[in-house]
Amino acid sequence: MKKNKKPELRAVRRSVATLLLGLGLTACAGPGGHPKDPLEPINRVTFRFNETADRYVMRPAAEVYDLAPLPVKVGVGNFFGNLADVWIGVNNLLQGKFAEGLSDGGRFLVNSTVGMLGVFDIATELGLDKHDEDLGQTLGRWGVGDGPYIVLPLLGSSNLRDTAGLIGDLNVDPVIGIDSPGPRNRVTALRFINRRSQLLGADATAEQASLDKYDYVRSFYIQYRQSQIYDGQPPRVKDPDDEAYMDEATPASPTRKENQE
Amino acid sequence: MKKIASLLAALTLGIGIQCAAFAQSIAPDALVKSVTDDVITIVRQDKAIQSGDTRKAVDLVETKVLPYFDFAHMTRLAVGKDWRQANAEQKTVLTHEFKNLLVRTYSNALTQYRNQHIDFKPLKAKPEDTDVVVRTEVRQPGAKPVQIDYNLEKQGDNWKVYDVMVAGVSLVTNYRDSFGQEVRNGGIDGLIKSLKDKNKQLETTVSAKK
Repeated sequence: MKKNKKPELRAVRRSVATLLLGLGLTACAGPGGHPKDPLEPINRVTFRFNETADRYVMRPAAEVYDLAPLPVKVGVGNFFGNLADVWIGVNNLLQGKFAEGLSDGGRFLVNSTVGMLGVFDIATELGLDKHDEDLGQTLGRWGVGDGPYIVLPLLGSSNLRDTAGLIGDLNVDPVIGIDSPGPRNRVTALRFINRRSQLLGADATAEQASLDKYDYVRSFYIQYRQSQIYDGQPPRVKDPDDEAYMDEATPASPTRKENQE
Repeated sequence: MKKIASLLAALTLGIGIQCAAFAQSIAPDALVKSVTDDVITIVRQDKAIQSGDTRKAVDLVETKVLPYFDFAHMTRLAVGKDWRQANAEQKTVLTHEFKNLLVRTYSNALTQYRNQHIDFKPLKAKPEDTDVVVRTEVRQPGAKPVQIDYNLEKQGDNWKVYDVMVAGVSLVTNYRDSFGQEVRNGGIDGLIKSLKDKNKQLETTVSAKK
C-alpha cells in the first residue's frame, strides 16, 4: 500500500533478491559440510562481520540501554510488542488458529487504549497471552521447507524461507512504514537495541558453551525455528542416533540398575 | 498353620518392600520442581552467586543438580553417530569433559538469575511412561517468557534428566554439528582435546574473574 513511497525499501528488497540469486549460483556444498548450509563459506564471512559489528556497536549500545530503570525497559518492550500484535494476529489467522488470532486482536485493542498506547501490557493480566508469529512461521506451517541457512548482514541467522517471510513482515511493519526517515530510523534503532538488550545474558552463555560459535548458533536457529513453527511443541521424534547407540550402551546400564535395587 | 503364617509373613514383607519402593520414586514433575525450588531459594539468598561467583554456583550445581542428570546419556546424544567409534575409555573421558563444559557454562548462567518467576506446567504422561517431558516457563517482566523443558527417563525407581530444551532448542543435540566437525578433523581424540582445551579456557576465565 505504501510501496511507492519507499524507494529505500524497494532497493533493500532488490538487493536481497540479487544477493539470494548470487548465493544460489555460487552455492556448492563442500564435502562434510552441513546439509542445510551449502553457503557456509559466505555465511561465515557475514557471521564474522556481524560479530564484530555487535562487539563494537550493538552490544555496547544495548549495555548502555540496559542501565535504564526496569519499568522504562518494560514499557519500551511492551510498546513494540503491541505494534507487533496486529501482524501476529494476522499470521495466526493465516495459520487457521482463529482463537489465537482473535485474542491477538483483543490484545491490541486493550493495550492500545487501556494500556496507554501499548506501554502497559494489560491484556496479559487479563489472560490474553502474547503469541509469537511471523510470516516465515506461517510459510513453515503451510509446509514450505526452510531452504538453505543464510546469515543476513546485521540481522543474523535466517534461511531462504524466513528471509522471504522477513521481506513480507517488513512490508507491513508499522515502524518501517513511518514516512519521515528521521523518526523512522530512531524508532527502528530503539527497537533493535531493546531487543538486543534482552539477549545480553544469553549471548555470554552461547559464547561459553560453544566450541565453534558459528556451528552452535546455526544449530540453535534451526531447532528454534522448528519449535516456533509448532508453537513450542514440535512433534517429538525419538532421536534416531539415540536408539542406535542405546543398544550398545544398555548392556552396562540395566545390570547396574538391577544391582542398585 | 505354620505354612499359612509364613505365607502371611512373606506377603506382608512383600507388601512392605513394595511400599518402600513406591515411596522412593518421586514423580518426574515433582522432582524437577523440588530441585528447581531448592536451587532458586539458595541463589536468592546468596549474594556471592548473584554477583558472579561462578565457583560457588558450580558447587551448588554439583551438589544439588548433578545427581539427577544422566551425563552418559547426554554425551551419547551430543556425539551422535560417532559415539560408536569411541572405545570405552574415550567414552568415559568424553562424558567427563562434556559434563564439565555443561556444568561450567550453566552454573555461570545461574549467576545471571534475577527474580524470574518459574511456572510449572501440568505433566502430560501416563503412569506407565518411562520417558517424559516436564515443561516449565520462565517469566520476567517486559520480555517474552522462555520455555524450558526437561526430558527425563526412568531408570529403575529414579528419574534422570537426559536433555534440557531452552526455547525448543536442545542444549545437548545443539552440540552435534560442532562435535561431528571435530571428529571429522581429528577423530574422537581430537574432540576430546577440543573439549579439554575449552574447559581449561573456561577455568582460566573463571579464576581471572575472581
